[in-house]
Amino acid sequence: MPNFIDRRLNPKDRSLGNRRRFVKRVHDELKRVINDQVRSDRIADVDAAHGVPVPRRGADEPSFRNSASSGERQYVLPGNESFSAGDRIGKSESGGGGGAGHGPGRGEGEDDFLFVLSREEVLDLFFEDLELPDMVKLNLKETVVYKPHRVGFTTLGTPSNINVGRTMRNSFGRRIALRRPGEKEYRALADEIAALEAKGGLSQPERRRLAALREELETLERRRKRIAYVDPVDVRFNRFERQPLPNANAVMFCLMDVSASMGEREKDLAKRFFVLLHLFLKRRYERIDIVFIRHTDEAREVDEETFFFSRQSGGTIVSTALEEMQRIVLDRYPANLWNIYAAQASDGDNASGDSESCAQLLRDELMKLCQYYAYVEIIDERESEIFGSTDNGTALWRAYRAVESAIPNFQMTRIARPADIYPVFRKLFARHKAAGRPGR
Amino acid sequence: MARDATLLFESSEWNFATLSRAYDAIEEIAVGEMGLDVYPNQIEVISSEQMLDAYSSIGMPLMYQHWSFGKRFAFESHLYRKGRRGLAYELVINSNPCITYLMEENTMPMQALVTAHAAFGHNHFFKNNYLFRQWTDAGAILGYMDFAKKYIARCEERHGVAAVEEILDSAHALMNQGVFHYRRPPRLSPAKVTERARERLEYEEQVYSDLWRTLPATAGTADIEEAEQEALERKNALHLPEENLLYFLEKHSLILEPWQREILRIVRVIAQYFYPQGQTKVMNEGCATFVHYTIINRLFDLGRMGEGAMLELLASHANVVFQPGFDDPRFSGINPYALGFAMMQDIERIATRPTAEDRDWFPDIAGSGDGMGTLIDAWENHRDESFILQYLSPALIRKFRLFHLTDRATDRFCEVASIHDERGYSAVRSALARSYDPGAHQPDIQVVDVDLLGDRRLRLQHRVRNGILLEEGERDATLGHIRRLWGYGLSLTGIDAASGAVLYECSSTGGDA
Repeated sequence: MPNFIDRRLNPKDRSLGNRRRFVKRVHDELKRVINDQVRSDRIADVDAAHGVPVPRRGADEPSFRNSASSGERQYVLPGNESFSAGDRIGKSESGGGGGAGHGPGRGEGEDDFLFVLSREEVLDLFFEDLELPDMVKLNLKETVVYKPHRVGFTTLGTPSNINVGRTMRNSFGRRIALRRPGEKEYRALADEIAALEAKGGLSQPERRRLAALREELETLERRRKRIAYVDPVDVRFNRFERQPLPNANAVMFCLMDVSASMGEREKDLAKRFFVLLHLFLKRRYERIDIVFIRHTDEAREVDEETFFFSRQSGGTIVSTALEEMQRIVLDRYPANLWNIYAAQASDGDNASGDSESCAQLLRDELMKLCQYYAYVEIIDERESEIFGSTDNGTALWRAYRAVESAIPNFQMTRIARPADIYPVFRKLFARHKAAGRPGR
Repeated sequence: MARDATLLFESSEWNFATLSRAYDAIEEIAVGEMGLDVYPNQIEVISSEQMLDAYSSIGMPLMYQHWSFGKRFAFESHLYRKGRRGLAYELVINSNPCITYLMEENTMPMQALVTAHAAFGHNHFFKNNYLFRQWTDAGAILGYMDFAKKYIARCEERHGVAAVEEILDSAHALMNQGVFHYRRPPRLSPAKVTERARERLEYEEQVYSDLWRTLPATAGTADIEEAEQEALERKNALHLPEENLLYFLEKHSLILEPWQREILRIVRVIAQYFYPQGQTKVMNEGCATFVHYTIINRLFDLGRMGEGAMLELLASHANVVFQPGFDDPRFSGINPYALGFAMMQDIERIATRPTAEDRDWFPDIAGSGDGMGTLIDAWENHRDESFILQYLSPALIRKFRLFHLTDRATDRFCEVASIHDERGYSAVRSALARSYDPGAHQPDIQVVDVDLLGDRRLRLQHRVRNGILLEEGERDATLGHIRRLWGYGLSLTGIDAASGAVLYECSSTGGDA
């Protein structure tokens, strides 16, 4: 008789540790690929599982192996139909008619397969040089907030969730249906027996009556034992279901200057900024619309592709973008139904005299509609040392400084590196914590 | 026999009761009728995910952690999820008790088939084949793997994951060069050694002749002789040449810490444990396939298995032993199941119903009448190479339409050397046998010399057979790994095995440690 063992219930993911080691091993390569993908993906798609071709560098396992392009080999192959000894068979270009003699080795197939990174792993890599505090990372990764809700009853559950009323009602019904002798009935019988026993000097019929009563009592007792007072089939538990918290809608406006002065680096930083904002928002809102507005000397709403990848020449008039945003808000996103967030990225160039009207527009119109407005000015790493956080800068910067000091939920900062992005969100985050928004 | 005539199972759903009933019926046939001799069985039911796990840790139930297993897991699960490769129905481990994993997705008839295949076919082979008996210790392997896993985990705690990973990377690169191909003579006890020395002395005294002393020494040769003598002594002391590079590095590297040596040893032991499996693929699968085929047919004949189940099993069996021709797009080498199973059936046929040709070719077994006995004897005493050389019959060469092809890398064509005709049988047979000799395929690389008191340069020699060189990028990377374990400079020389000419020479320099 063999030993049968059911291993199916053993803990799964035995090789998770090995997987983690592998990811660590090819970390640099994976990060490069993920960053490339973030650059080309849609903003909303960043936090999904990604397939990554497994890099050869860092993950190869060398050994002494025979080279296929030298020497003389002998093969024995099945299925000869027309050859006889001495025939010559031309080789195909791919290397040898008999090359299959060894079968495809493991080494060949392994290099070009997709390694699927989970959402967590992708986000880890994405967050890496944004220098987010750990708390924030954790919060961002957690997608939906669930809360248990009472929904009906179930036959399975933990003792702490027993619904006593339900259980007892079932028990009662079953006891009636099965005619379980009640306590009253039992007591009466027992009392009668006790009375007869106490009496002493019983007559013949009385004695017979006592015997009959005892027998009846015994039957009752047996019945009571057989039919439990509360049976497992009666027990009901409260059922809870995890339900996502209802979140309100949000719309996120991405505004960007696409004039020639915004190069590849600037756009990449801007994109990271937008992605991060989207992640923050996604955590809070069930539905997020993203609106892309790009501008030179005129502004237009575009799709994401055009937003990041196509170029346009012209001057720079920032206020056009703000006007466009205002128009769209009034048109499609009434402020009483939508949480409106806006993020603007620019290199600070603006037509002379326009900056003041931008500030005006923000102060008087837009900031009344917006939950939050973030402005990032993307500067050179060298410039970052000169400007720091001083007040001087471009006309746009100076104009916005005035807005910032007047309105609390307006944020602005200069960024030169990915690590500079996070501080922009700091206050946004703090505000939410303090206010404890409804629905959180 | 009335009780026996009931079906073992009726539906395709399995449960532990039907598994156990089928096992008992199979055991009765395998041990009682076929005379197989097996380790006690332990049968474990696993899910597909666990099967993938087992795949990636080279089939061992316990394995230390290493990133390469993670890579393999990702690779296997990728293929599986994409539907490009199915999973095995079972996995069997050469251990005592013999552990067989059954997949939970299998239907009941399949569970019966794989029980017969693995728990009796493979199990018998593991227990009886001479290679397994010589090289593996089935009783100790699980305990050893447990030790290895814990030891390496402890090393990681103490010395850091990165340091351990480095050593494992290097050791894995040399895994193929980490096995002994031949048994060494047993080490003599000190008493034996002194007795030998005494005998030698006695012999020298007996044959002593004073005349030799009077021969004049030729000037100049003395120096050379002395140097040669010294080199010889040096090599003798280190037991050079040595083909097991991992063993040599473990014993003689000057820079390794004791725990690093132990890790090399672990990798080497595992490599040695799998050494017989690579040499007996055809026989092992042939044996198991033959056993399951015989058993399911017998169960059917006894009326213990329904026709539906039988049909399912025959379809599955036919898939397993399918051999496409060389020009078929599905062709990927000779299918060891097909060749092995055909040979086993053929041997049985030769023993019981030989033709005149068989009597010519196999005078000792043809018509012996005892097919099973012949097979059991063959399973015990051969590996693929010798098995094919001994038993591949002309009838089978014709059936597979085998032909022998010579391929020179420099030519633009391959030449058909021989085919399945009277003149070609022996040539085809020996060529096929040679192709199953791992010694003929793996590069032959040995440590030939090192002067531990001098420059400590490790000299490796690659004996190049048939002009087959090494893949250069991989070679240099592997030499880098040897360099890491050795700590001093090293060189690799390629010597043509036939002519002795030096074909290439490369070195990894650096006298620093």
